[in-house]
Amino acid sequence: MSGEVAVLGVGMHPWGKWGRNFVEYGVLAARAALRDAGVSWGDVEFISGAATMRCGYPGYVAGATFAQALGWQGAEVNTSYAACASGSQALAAARARILSGACDLALVVGADTTPKGFLAPAAGTRPDDPDWVRFHLGITNPTYFALYARRRMELYGATVEDFTAVKVKNAAHGALNPNARYRKRFTREEVLESAMVADPLRLLHVCATSDGGAAIVLSSAKYAGAWAARAPRLAAISTVTPRFASNEVEMPDIATDSAAAAPSHSFRASIAQQAYEEAGLGPTDLSLAEVYDLASSMELDWYEYLGLCPTGEAEKLLRSGATRIGGRLPVNPSGGLACFGEAVPAQALAQVCELVWQLRGDAGERQVEGAKVGIAVNQGLFGHASAVIVKR
Amino acid sequence: MKRVPAIEGWYTLEEPAHLIGSRCRECGSYFFPRLMTFCRNPQCESSAFEEVKLSRTGKIWSYTNACYPPPAPYVSPDPYRPFAIAAVELEAERMIVLGQVVGGVDVTELKVGMPVELVLESLYTEGDTEHVVWKWRPLGRDA
Repeated sequence: MSGEVAVLGVGMHPWGKWGRNFVEYGVLAARAALRDAGVSWGDVEFISGAATMRCGYPGYVAGATFAQALGWQGAEVNTSYAACASGSQALAAARARILSGACDLALVVGADTTPKGFLAPAAGTRPDDPDWVRFHLGITNPTYFALYARRRMELYGATVEDFTAVKVKNAAHGALNPNARYRKRFTREEVLESAMVADPLRLLHVCATSDGGAAIVLSSAKYAGAWAARAPRLAAISTVTPRFASNEVEMPDIATDSAAAAPSHSFRASIAQQAYEEAGLGPTDLSLAEVYDLASSMELDWYEYLGLCPTGEAEKLLRSGATRIGGRLPVNPSGGLACFGEAVPAQALAQVCELVWQLRGDAGERQVEGAKVGIAVNQGLFGHASAVIVKR
Repeated sequence: MKRVPAIEGWYTLEEPAHLIGSRCRECGSYFFPRLMTFCRNPQCESSAFEEVKLSRTGKIWSYTNACYPPPAPYVSPDPYRPFAIAAVELEAERMIVLGQVVGGVDVTELKVGMPVELVLESLYTEGDTEHVVWKWRPLGRDA
């Protein structure tokens, strides 16, 4: 089919905490992806960068920054910023370029260097910025994760043991991933003994912030040529915004929309729905999923938002073992954010890298047998989210 | 001790305190913080709003606490004192509003569905000035 976009190659710089310039991680990831694709940088017609907000001006213009670092060669450029969905939007820009016929070969890159500890807002006194206000009130990112975790406990009977089981599962997956930052097989006891951060979530339930880089080479099906049989296809990218009245208690807002005069909508449930519709696929077609486990409890929310099980039954699905590697539908076979920590502009791309390796059968010890269709989903600040479906 | 709002214009300073929101004159949607420019309901093109005091009681939608000192611009007392946080559902406005829970209430005392009311309490003190903010207090619990 001529309208298809092939993922020709993927590459990553491992996740960690070194404090080096983000451009370094991006270039190494880009070179790995180009090698994987079997193409040279000089042939790339469009470079699409995911921006980082913590590394000064070069981060705001990441597409051009990576192009310069790889060597100016005249490619057209784009930079996308969309919080946690930055990588997917950069990917969507490249895909649209190819689908429109404007180019045949595109490179997408995201990389970040993050400070230690809580993510904090931009400096200065800015009471008009909800992100400033919530930090002034002492409301950090784990606050929002914990509100949803507690809600699961009181509404659906989730337990801290369930959140811990998610972490232990993902740690076992990540132990098999050379790109993961944390490769330790954490035990239940270690998780439960870690310090409380935001009740009921402990330190080992909450993801860290990391350095890392990921890159993806996309091409038209025509360009893919002989590679066509091996290269997975991008079946859908959803970058939907919420619908008013959004009922999500979401960073960085102090209050939800009011549903006094408009119907209430769940933003998170709409993200994958749009991707399923575009791909003509549904949850029963999935072989695996990479979901945004900013906290272990949120992985359970995602089971429901993805339609893997009915609302309130995520714990049952987890306890059945279905979401482990070897289970019916492995979730976060990469180890997820639990093992990577978050490198914001690179994270959505890293999720897609994992899908591609799994679909090609290149995932080594963490291979999901016979993987045919995978979904990656994330959600971040200010109404940003994405779902990407890759198929064989 | 001088008493000033930690955030200007978000709540009244007289007791009983209210959050200051706005209501679209056309469709009736509420907004907090106050929105006076363009209605965010996609079915509504209104730019006429009235300032309203939001309900000062609601029910806990969920809750947690902050065990570690949040980064600036949070102003931490020394030594740091953990505090509880609640997301509270306001029935008439059909919205959820976050806020700290008053000092001295432990997270173990809270419950989803618990009725709470809005009060003003110190967020931080600087010299002889107390910077007050809205906090949620379980109903029937004395100050």
